[in-house]
Amino acid sequence: MERSVYAESLRGESSAVRKRDNVLRTLAKASDRVMATFFVICGFASIALVVIITAFLVSSGVPAIHEVGFKDFMFGKVWTPTSENAQFGILPFILSSFYATIAAVVLSVPLGILTAVFITKFAGEKLASLLSSAVEMLAGIPSVVYGLLGMIYVVPTVRNVFELPDGACLFSAVIVLAVMLLPSVISVSASAIRTVPREYEEGSLALGANDTETIFKVTLPAAKSGISAAVVLGIGRAVGEAMAVMMVSGNVPNMPKLFGSVRFLTTAVASEMSYSSGLHREALFSVALVLFVFILGINMLLNFLTRKGKN
Amino acid sequence: MNGNNTAFRRTKSGALKAAIYFSAAVVCILAVTVAAVVLIKGLPHISISFLTEKPSLLKGTTGILPNILNTLYIIFFTMIIVIPLGIGAAIYLNEYAKNKKLTNLIGLAAETLSGIPSIIYGLVGMLIFVQFCGFGTSLVAGSLTLVIMTLPTIMRTAEESLKAVPQSYREGALALGSGKWRMLRTVVLPSAVDGIITGVILSVGRITGESAALFFTAGMANEIYGLAQAASSGNAGSTLTVSLYMYAKERGEFDTAFAIAAILLLLTVLLNFGAKYVQKHFSNRT
Amino acid sequence: MKKSAIIGAILSAVLLVGCGSTETSHTVSTDGSTSMEKVIGVLSESYSAKHENVKITYNPTGSSAGISAVSEGRCDIGLSSRALKDEEAQTLDAAVLCYDGISIIVNTENKIDNLTVENIADIYTGKITNWSEIGGDDLPIVCIGREAASGTRDGFESVTGTKDSCVYAQELTSTGDVIQTVSTNPNAIGYASTASVKDTVKTVSVEGVMPTNDTILDGSYKISRAFYFVTAKDKKLSGDAQKFFDFCMSKEADEFIESAGGVPTAK
Repeated sequence: MERSVYAESLRGESSAVRKRDNVLRTLAKASDRVMATFFVICGFASIALVVIITAFLVSSGVPAIHEVGFKDFMFGKVWTPTSENAQFGILPFILSSFYATIAAVVLSVPLGILTAVFITKFAGEKLASLLSSAVEMLAGIPSVVYGLLGMIYVVPTVRNVFELPDGACLFSAVIVLAVMLLPSVISVSASAIRTVPREYEEGSLALGANDTETIFKVTLPAAKSGISAAVVLGIGRAVGEAMAVMMVSGNVPNMPKLFGSVRFLTTAVASEMSYSSGLHREALFSVALVLFVFILGINMLLNFLTRKGKN
Repeated sequence: MNGNNTAFRRTKSGALKAAIYFSAAVVCILAVTVAAVVLIKGLPHISISFLTEKPSLLKGTTGILPNILNTLYIIFFTMIIVIPLGIGAAIYLNEYAKNKKLTNLIGLAAETLSGIPSIIYGLVGMLIFVQFCGFGTSLVAGSLTLVIMTLPTIMRTAEESLKAVPQSYREGALALGSGKWRMLRTVVLPSAVDGIITGVILSVGRITGESAALFFTAGMANEIYGLAQAASSGNAGSTLTVSLYMYAKERGEFDTAFAIAAILLLLTVLLNFGAKYVQKHFSNRT
Repeated sequence: MKKSAIIGAILSAVLLVGCGSTETSHTVSTDGSTSMEKVIGVLSESYSAKHENVKITYNPTGSSAGISAVSEGRCDIGLSSRALKDEEAQTLDAAVLCYDGISIIVNTENKIDNLTVENIADIYTGKITNWSEIGGDDLPIVCIGREAASGTRDGFESVTGTKDSCVYAQELTSTGDVIQTVSTNPNAIGYASTASVKDTVKTVSVEGVMPTNDTILDGSYKISRAFYFVTAKDKKLSGDAQKFFDFCMSKEADEFIESAGGVPTAK
């Protein structure tokens, strides 16, 4: 319909049509302008959201840090928010998060990269796509399901194998985290490996290197920036995971021990938020702020790495 | 000397190969075990009444209909806001913005959003939507929180598929005298629909699996709401994933928890296939 | 154009419906303690059975969250398993709905049947670390507790005089979680709301008294606390909320409270 109107008007046959065409054109211009404004607003939405989130976290997180004192808050080893003389030291949370992340990454990165090598270089087409689907399935499983499996299978197993009084500990959390990191490490490093040009590998093979030598001396170094991005992405996810680790780590604000019950930055917020009040509640916002700052740092690193990879 | 060296090289390469196969085998076993355990422990507890009733303490029965409905409501509310917003942002980035620095900044902001852990979204959502905006712990507050969380995904996938639309389409439409919005609507967006659908499926997957962001925003109630009630403030409700956590942790009802886990697992697989199908379907057509 | 028109129509329909629905307030919202889930669930179900057009919602967020929800007007009735703090009591009222024992639970494999309050305090403060010290097997004791600010923990620690001195192996966020953990770990001891304890764990008597309705009400069972309905002082409850409130406080509700494991107040 509209198209025929346009065609007629282009020929300029009748003035009535021309009038209508003018109206249509003004309408079109107006809607152009409205939509352009809408798109600009949408475009800036993400910037605005980052600003708003930062503003809310800073404004609700800073008062408690101020009241407790920055040093006592960040480096205090004791967290007793509800006692008579309450202490708000979050060093146990920071260190637990730190250790759990490092350990989970150390476990899952080599496993993930090697599997990515298998998928891209060793598996046939069918097997590769089957494995990729399996990895995607693992990636899509909600974290509470990992937590559920962790509390039913991992925690009792850890207790029996290491003959501990109790199996809910840092170690169990590391195991669950490592499994949860695997899918993203695998898929990101697999796509990094795929971007390495064939010629590099062919050159290496032609020079007499065998296939594993080629992979470890040519392919992987060439995919270095993509793989390091996978590692950093894994770190970010490990630091930020809450529900799954809350279900297996025991949740006591101890200084971290491999087989001791621990609490992380994320689980501190998740476990006490709904019951807290007053300064305790504000201190939990401060914990979230600290977590947010760490995540921003990790994001910046990730950003730097992916940019470097593109150049 | 030389022979030694080759032998060494061969052993080393054999060992590395073994490591590669071993890793792949571990991942395979892991995937199979996880899926098998969840399905075997979960599927037997799924029944018609389980899917179509709400839990009753008087009768001592459980049902997850409220949670299924809440999940659907939250997906719906989130999507009707985030789809226009995300596509709009992608259009701005790809079709309007000329300042490279500015688009970089927006891209950086989107990346930052996608890196923020869901527990922080939960907290911020509670501060902004539950308290500041006064929606109370409600499905609405939960959905709005998820809008922020899924925005980067929709933006990125939409932008990628907009980029893939040939420049000549745009030039052709403009040359025919169409306005910019008309050109976008009739030529560019239809060609980018596959990326948009992929983004939507990915986001639906993320919403279905989300728990930490919903605890303090959408709450944990097990009530059955009509659409109208669900859309009004103050009505809290738990999605499937949140209720899984509740059944496992708060009540120790693991049969129910595993039944929900099995449903979630099947949904995940279904969504994955959906995304793949969409990509294949559209790449065949063009 | 058509598509956007449809989307627009749906959007406005949702908005309209959303706004319109706020008028029909046959909903009574309750919010708070996770320990009260069973009691409030049974009460609201039996009330709704008689009054079909009234819906009672319950959001299990925790005592403090429930209290702040009432004071901010986000729900009708707040549910708390701890008494109000002084500053909260200035603007809020708390009425005792019923009493709840805090059961001391151990794994079913544990031989211990009875503990004194002193035993319990010593165990939780780390003075007794092995079951053999109090006549059990030679196994380490694993103390399971609740997170700080939990009503149950507050009740437990104030009765046993162990406030701020407990050495926990796990601080769990819910009653069900404590029961679950104790049921799978032969070394464990925990405390949980009597209303929620199932036969997956063993309840030990305290000073020779088992937690029952009578012993909790007459105080011979030492470790108990009250469940409260919290309301705002300056705001009257809506008609339906007031009716529900009255129903729960009436003698009629006693059988339901009992069936949920709570101990009704003497009326």
